[in-house]
Amino acid sequence: MTPVAQGAPPLLEARALSKQFPGVRALRGVSFTLQRGEVLAVIGENGAGKSTLMKILAGVQSPDGGEILVDGQPVRIASVRAAQALGIALIHQELNLADNLDIAANIFLGREPRRCGFIDRTRIAAEARTHLQRVGLDLPPETIVGTLPIGRQQLVEIAKALSSQARVLIMDEPSSSLSQHETETLFRVVRDLRAQGISVIYISHRLGEVQALADRVVVMRDGEKAGELARGEIEHATMVRLMVGRDLSQFYQRHPRPPGEPVLEVNRLRTPAHPRSEVSFQVRRGEIVGVAGLVGAGRTELLQTLFGVTPGVGGEMRMSGEALRPRSPQTAIAAGMALVPEDRKQHGLILAMSVRENASLPSLRRDQRSGFLNRTAERTVARETVEKLGVKTPGLEQTVQHLSGGNQQKIVLGKWLALQPRLLLLDEPTRGIDIGAKREIYRLMDQLAAEGVAVLFVSSEMEEVLGMADRVLVMHEGQLAGELARGQLSEEAVMHLATGAPNH
Amino acid sequence: MKKNILGILGLFLAIFLVTALQNDSFLGAGNMQNLIKWSSLYAIIGLAVAFVVITGGIDLSIGSVIGLVASLLALMMSKGLNPATCMALVLTLSMGIGLLHGLLITKVRLQPFIVTLCGLLFYRGLARYVTDNQSMAFQGQDTLDRFFSGKVQVAANFFLPAPFFFLVGLAVVAAVFLNRTVWGRYLFALGNNENAARYSGINTDNLKILAYVACSTVTGLAGVLFGFELNSVQPASTGEFYELYAIAAAVLGGCSLRGGEGSVLGVIIAAAVIRLLYNSINMLGISTHLEYAIIGGVILAGVVTDELVKRYALRRRAARALLPETAS
Repeated sequence: MTPVAQGAPPLLEARALSKQFPGVRALRGVSFTLQRGEVLAVIGENGAGKSTLMKILAGVQSPDGGEILVDGQPVRIASVRAAQALGIALIHQELNLADNLDIAANIFLGREPRRCGFIDRTRIAAEARTHLQRVGLDLPPETIVGTLPIGRQQLVEIAKALSSQARVLIMDEPSSSLSQHETETLFRVVRDLRAQGISVIYISHRLGEVQALADRVVVMRDGEKAGELARGEIEHATMVRLMVGRDLSQFYQRHPRPPGEPVLEVNRLRTPAHPRSEVSFQVRRGEIVGVAGLVGAGRTELLQTLFGVTPGVGGEMRMSGEALRPRSPQTAIAAGMALVPEDRKQHGLILAMSVRENASLPSLRRDQRSGFLNRTAERTVARETVEKLGVKTPGLEQTVQHLSGGNQQKIVLGKWLALQPRLLLLDEPTRGIDIGAKREIYRLMDQLAAEGVAVLFVSSEMEEVLGMADRVLVMHEGQLAGELARGQLSEEAVMHLATGAPNH
Repeated sequence: MKKNILGILGLFLAIFLVTALQNDSFLGAGNMQNLIKWSSLYAIIGLAVAFVVITGGIDLSIGSVIGLVASLLALMMSKGLNPATCMALVLTLSMGIGLLHGLLITKVRLQPFIVTLCGLLFYRGLARYVTDNQSMAFQGQDTLDRFFSGKVQVAANFFLPAPFFFLVGLAVVAAVFLNRTVWGRYLFALGNNENAARYSGINTDNLKILAYVACSTVTGLAGVLFGFELNSVQPASTGEFYELYAIAAAVLGGCSLRGGEGSVLGVIIAAAVIRLLYNSINMLGISTHLEYAIIGGVILAGVVTDELVKRYALRRRAARALLPETAS
């Protein structure tokens, strides 16, 4: 650790930051400090307020209340440019690089050094090289960024931030799409930067990484700071307790029972996203099966192929013993499937429509009276959805875009229940929703399984996978890397398979 | 769906009142009958395009389809073909045109703008070619003429024109379809968010094709009506620009070009506003050279007002949705 000069103000300080969005209070009175040459991890479940906090620091959003101090001076960070001028740079989860340009052009994008009005290519290349050295990348600056693997692109992004004299690097889930080897390289670079006096705010929900890397941890929960841990206090169980707010055993309400006969049987299925990989597995009545893996491992694509959104290119599927080749969601739904998609605003909801119209959409056809809407049935379906899932809404006619994420997600899930699906597919079912809604969704998953529904869910949240699944399928680059029974489940075992290490 | 009919109705009444006060002959039976007739014709094509606008699409070929249908009809009848057969043929052709548009848009995944723009050029060219670009008259078809462009006496001195009854029939069917059937709901869902509609098990491709078929079929019917109304056809110009009036009526009547919104009554009133503007410009003695400028300006003002009102309403609703959270 770099020693901090006695009495010097912290490099960055946030005091009582608040931010409110329609329907959600994203941030409530959050304060923290960041010292020079410190790696501060910010952890919390999805929807805990990490991203909002970082967006405020990076000038993407402005706070409703509170203040930010840099070097002890109050500052207003009204734009990304203002943040950059203060030396704060945000590295997004989805990288912001122009794939078609080379490394040097990306590093100096928008502020190219010029000579007589023309871009000074010699200078750009020379300076780019020095920045690349700082992140340990030994590549010619003329390399086209799109040809690099994602881990190296991330390092280019860091070099770009350093080139604009960044003193604070905010890294949002930097390891979510990296292989184990790339993650190790990233850690080395972060430690190097710390030694050079650069401060890093590292956002992650991989607790193992946080333990390995962080000097201090700020834990967020429900928009508030749930706690702060010094180097010696950073332990897995402590972090989890602060993140979740209670013991895990109470939070994840899974009551496994012996599963029944197979509902879904998949045999050598090939998806258009990974046409060379064959996937085989089954899901039984009353069973909750988790699908883990890194971003881009092909989990969402698998669910989409099962549901007929992107039809498979080979292999076979059976639902309750009957062969099925879903060419569209309609066929999948008719066979008893339901999908809660990953992106609820794009794929799950018709935002401009009401709670009633959204909740009744899949069952309209079943309830129709020779083509005409059955308004009574429609209202009943909507009312039951709202009651069964505890959706907080002023009424059935409220447009869903003004509901909070958790209430929206309850509608996306609830609209299928009227059709009584035999197989429920869930893609990141609790992404971006508050703790209360999360618990409600876990409760419902458990209840549906008890009623005999087969549940298959994709999740990037390790705690959720470990807490809810009876069995976990781990995917890696389109392949099924392995399968873990509840007794074999651990974060290490899942990550081992997810990063492509051979099965043990 | 939100029905912003009051605004457009207010606009209609305002123009109507001003003109009535300024010129006595405006309220005369002849002028009123004429206004009703032309408003009905425009409203029919406005409703036609509303179906595809609700899906988030567009149809630029309406004017050319009208020209083609009217030309073919006149040509075939002048050759002495059975009028009923002619009618069946042109309506089948229009249906086929809609099917072609729908297939190109959904299966080949072309943009509706491009597909129907090519249609606009193609059908106009076809109309000119088959008729050798000669003007033709609709002659010797008294029964048909009475059916498509006749009048029905409703008072001592007042007649309702045939297109009005076609409009009423069409409007009832369209309103019931959009608001009372499962497919109508699906159509709005599709227009708002095609992906979410598909993920909910709606066959979005078939629904879109249906919208284009409905649009072109109704346009074909409008082509017949316009033909009999005008009594003659100029293959090069009959129906020219009509797609733009249709789209203007749809948008002014509350359909968003982004899709997912629209009301039958709104489109009808908007079509009437456009025809009323033409009429008022004459009646008020405004230079007819300003015709297009005034119509364009009024439509723009209407759409801007609508947008501002919507934004205000949205902010109010967002503020209300926030209340329960802050109260707790």
